[in-house]
Amino acid sequence: MDLNYSAGEVAFRDMVRGWLRENLPAELREKVVDYDHFTREELLRWHRILARQGWIAPAWPQQWGGNDWSPVLRYIFDEECGYAGSPPLVPFGLAMCGPVLIRFGSEAQKARFLPRIYHGEDFWCQGYSEPGSGSDLASLKTRAIRDGDHYIVNGQKTWTTLAHYADWIFCLVRTGDAQEKKQEGISFLLVDMKTPGITVRPLMLMDGGHEVNEVFFDDVRVPMGNRVHDEGKGWVVAKYLLSHERLNTARIGTSRRELERLKEYAGRQGKGGRTLLEDPRFRDRLTRLEVELTALSITNLRFLDQLRGGRAPGAEVSMLKIRGTEIQQMLTELMMQAAGPLAQPFAPLGDAPDFDLYTAGFAPRYCNFRKTSIYAGSNEIQRNIIAKMGLGL
Amino acid sequence: MNFDLSEEQQLLGESVRRFAARDYAFDTRKRILASAEGMSASVWRTFAEMGLLGLPLPEDAGGYGGGAVDLMGVMEVIGEALVVEPYLPTVGLGAQLIARAGSAAQRAATLPAVAEGAMKLAFASTEEGSRYDLARVATRARSEGGGYVIDGTKRVVTGGPFADRIAVSVRTSGAEADAHGITLLLVDAKAQGLVMTPYRTLDGQRACDLRFDGVHVDSGARLGAEGEALGVIEGVVDFATALVCAEAVGAIRYANEATLEYLKSRKQFGVAIGSFQALQHRMVDMMITYEQARSMASLACTVVDAAPSPAERRHAVSAAKIKIADACRHVSQEAVQLHGGMGMTEELKVSHTFRRLTVIAQQFGDADHHLERFAASS
Repeated sequence: MDLNYSAGEVAFRDMVRGWLRENLPAELREKVVDYDHFTREELLRWHRILARQGWIAPAWPQQWGGNDWSPVLRYIFDEECGYAGSPPLVPFGLAMCGPVLIRFGSEAQKARFLPRIYHGEDFWCQGYSEPGSGSDLASLKTRAIRDGDHYIVNGQKTWTTLAHYADWIFCLVRTGDAQEKKQEGISFLLVDMKTPGITVRPLMLMDGGHEVNEVFFDDVRVPMGNRVHDEGKGWVVAKYLLSHERLNTARIGTSRRELERLKEYAGRQGKGGRTLLEDPRFRDRLTRLEVELTALSITNLRFLDQLRGGRAPGAEVSMLKIRGTEIQQMLTELMMQAAGPLAQPFAPLGDAPDFDLYTAGFAPRYCNFRKTSIYAGSNEIQRNIIAKMGLGL
Repeated sequence: MNFDLSEEQQLLGESVRRFAARDYAFDTRKRILASAEGMSASVWRTFAEMGLLGLPLPEDAGGYGGGAVDLMGVMEVIGEALVVEPYLPTVGLGAQLIARAGSAAQRAATLPAVAEGAMKLAFASTEEGSRYDLARVATRARSEGGGYVIDGTKRVVTGGPFADRIAVSVRTSGAEADAHGITLLLVDAKAQGLVMTPYRTLDGQRACDLRFDGVHVDSGARLGAEGEALGVIEGVVDFATALVCAEAVGAIRYANEATLEYLKSRKQFGVAIGSFQALQHRMVDMMITYEQARSMASLACTVVDAAPSPAERRHAVSAAKIKIADACRHVSQEAVQLHGGMGMTEELKVSHTFRRLTVIAQQFGDADHHLERFAASS
């Protein structure tokens, strides 16, 4: 047994680390560190930098620009980006629509969409959840009815992340009749956000940020050519996407950076004549979190190692998501705790040059990160998956 | 033994509840939050008319001589309705400091006005490096011409932007963390040299930082003896802590009721999600947390009213605040989680309750602070 990276993997890590040092724009990194929201242009700027380097879609086949990296190298790359403070890569095109097109798309669809996703020319969002269909996604009601060589789509999607930035949305819609088993009769459509009849309405979250939306479809005409896979096979596509999710849900690199930041901040806070970092009670909390993160990172590597043997990931993805998000949330909580009473200021009133924006970012971050145990399959649903797939219960 | 509120206390609680249901619905609160003022003058007037502002003030100063137990019902409604008017800073902190430390003249000049709703107060104690330690005071006041000159900075003064007068803890002698040498000064909010940076806090309330650049006050501004204010400050902050525990009980009750309602009405997989055992047990734990929070709020309020030795008071109030801080965290996080994405939206009240509970968990000391104080007073 050897828990260390091979010499080749270490060399790869150092190479990526060195490249990030040279190529990650300082102003983008600063926004990550300050918990700022990103504009569409800022997100695309980083996307295009990686695309130019040829590193934007490592998991894709080489024909479409992929890198033929092993799962371990892809993991190293993701974690190095997270640790360095790279802006998030929006997954809807790169990690969702792209892989779906590669697996199920027609040649025409691949040729039309994949290069544009790769180069960051189209911004994608995901039309899955509906007001009545969250964890129970298959109960979705948005309907597409054939009309000549088009579908006419009516209904509503919700929690649509960055729909207000998007050029395209991929949607699960109901094309079959209501009598069927609910997983059947669902189709996967690609919809141009500029099509008449689409309305995007922001859903404001409690941290004051705008990242999710409601998307309304009112007689939206979608060409038949924009359906991926056969009619009624949308659920097969959706399930493929779930199993395709990479083993990077734990976001260990990002958490490691946040942990360092927490230590640095706590080292600057006074408590009873010493620093908060020297306070045994706080130090214990911090240490437990660090050990938790170490355990998760080794577990993640162990799962990756098993994958090297060719087995498809199953319950492992869910375990990493649960523990990874718990750690992310605890980090935001400890940041607030470290700031103590100074974590309360939220938004200045009027012109306030003395307002401490740095510390004022902690509470919104804590609020915002409650989402991590809710989104992408809530942690309750992840536990159901483990119970079913992992334990046969 | 009797855990019941008296008939009078119950009636008061009910009338405040009726007021909140009628005049402080969630939509009304939203409008108040969005307004330039950040609070409602008419709500404040109603508070005065209902006698809420004078309730815990001495009878000789226009009050009713009530204690923390008398205020429990009021505080619970404030927590349930998420009232943003500066009740706690004015009545629970500022007026208490004046009532307990002030001279007859100082009381007469302020407390009747507070009871009538004509004067609002705040207490400036927290500093950049103080965390929750009331004795750690670096803001200095030096004697000059029979009065004082104040220099330093106070942070996160809740209700500060509304206040007409602000009680400020200052150091008149000794080193930064000495128990002795702390003095209370009542400063006019418009005093020359006082620079205010106002902001909204996480829970939608208003607070400010205060920079004192050589602010002059006369000797009549001093509340109590010079250098010996820490005992009074600790007593008043424990009183306010007991009140905020009762406020938490109301907020927790709302969060639990809303979550239970959601579990019963939200359907997935063809059934109410409350039919899933995994979620039932989570809801049950929230209920147990509520019951224990309620018990500990009762303990804190009765103990601060009974005025035992400072050590006994510290012991009980810290025990209560530890449980309340844990309860705030547990219930707020679970309420959002069980609501799913909806629980995170600005639109739903539960996200606002989440934010208030998050602040209460830290207000007047987080669980770690009170663990330390409890251990030290055992």
